[in-house]
Amino acid sequence: MTVFTLPQAEKERLLTKQLTELTAHHRAHCPPYARMLAATGTPETFGSVADLPWLPVRLFKQHELKSIGDDEVFKVLTSSGTTGDVSRIHLDKAAAATQTRQLGATLQTVLGPQRLPMLLVDSKGILKDRRSFSARGAGVLGMATFGRSHVWALDEAGHPDLPALREFLARHGGAPFLVFGFTYLVWLHLYEVARSHGLDLSNGILIHSGGWKKLVDQAVEPAEFRRRLAGDTGLSRVHNFYGMVEQIGTIFLEGPSGGSLYCPDFADVVVRDPVTWRELPPGEPGLLEVVSTLPTSYPGHVLLTEDLGVVHGVDDGDWPGKRFSVLGRLPRAEARGCSDTYREAA
Amino acid sequence: MTELRRLREAFRTSLDLPPDAEVDDLRYQDNEKWDSLAHMSLVAAIEDEFSVMIDTDDVIALSSFKEAVRILGEHGIEFRD
Repeated sequence: MTVFTLPQAEKERLLTKQLTELTAHHRAHCPPYARMLAATGTPETFGSVADLPWLPVRLFKQHELKSIGDDEVFKVLTSSGTTGDVSRIHLDKAAAATQTRQLGATLQTVLGPQRLPMLLVDSKGILKDRRSFSARGAGVLGMATFGRSHVWALDEAGHPDLPALREFLARHGGAPFLVFGFTYLVWLHLYEVARSHGLDLSNGILIHSGGWKKLVDQAVEPAEFRRRLAGDTGLSRVHNFYGMVEQIGTIFLEGPSGGSLYCPDFADVVVRDPVTWRELPPGEPGLLEVVSTLPTSYPGHVLLTEDLGVVHGVDDGDWPGKRFSVLGRLPRAEARGCSDTYREAA
Repeated sequence: MTELRRLREAFRTSLDLPPDAEVDDLRYQDNEKWDSLAHMSLVAAIEDEFSVMIDTDDVIALSSFKEAVRILGEHGIEFRD
């Protein structure tokens, strides 16, 4: 089973239609959204995905935007930015069920239908207060659904738990197993320990996310990360992913040969010039816009992120569609208003 | 103990409910104790109790007591009072 099937031309046609309908839906059910589109003179029909009106992702930190009644709210997801601004994402029952199902379908592309024994490269301590998980706790827990027989690779103090690792590998290391963690924790706490103690991770499938920012000091580039994990620990099935709470359930997943993220059938990316907002061709870096058909209960189906990215190619990689990389955060994206930030990036 | 009683017991233990709690009509979306952490305990408890392995699609589908009965039925476990 896979959700990476559509060649770009077909995806473009389908998404333009579905996202146009979703835009009309949110216009009809989210008055602040309708006012924003009216104020910018947005039409009702669009010729392409890139023509659709986007919202800056930070709007969800400043405004309550939802297309459902208060009595239909099933879950409110929050994520904190570095300055403490909090996005609030409202899901009804249908949207909550869909996001879990589509995340599952996306991950099953590389994991298969069975839940694999799972090594969580994190500490149980992040789940201590069950009423207020950190974003990190929520991420780990969301992913835990796709595994079984979970073992924490770090002790409660956050140090590598070598006995737990050895025991997990003795029991499950002979067949495929799942490893999940934030990129910098995998690098600092799993890679180092596995390398220095000669642990064999060759049956592992690593799913990791969270960006490379914290690894700048370690001077690890994505290609180096893959090369050394494979060479020193045998861990060669490695899939980075990119996603955000404002488009919960949608993740862009690294393909088997590495170096590029791919878009599932229900989502896509557009790279824009931060000055002219024009869509940029493959090879030219710019601001990343993410689109997805999953946000039905809030107008988050077309979002301009504060991340820089570049499309590497179209229909020319492991899976069909666009393949791209995230190059990092727009400088000082959290610290200033949108217009200042965009001017600075230019 | 009958299969039905074993399944009720697994639900009560995992969701931290009183021993006499009615669970046959329980649904994920209506019970605040049934959060994602409790869900993982519930799945593990059901797998242990009935010696089955539930795959990813069914873990996601397991959103009520009745769904659990259906999923276990597919694993050949029959429920009678």
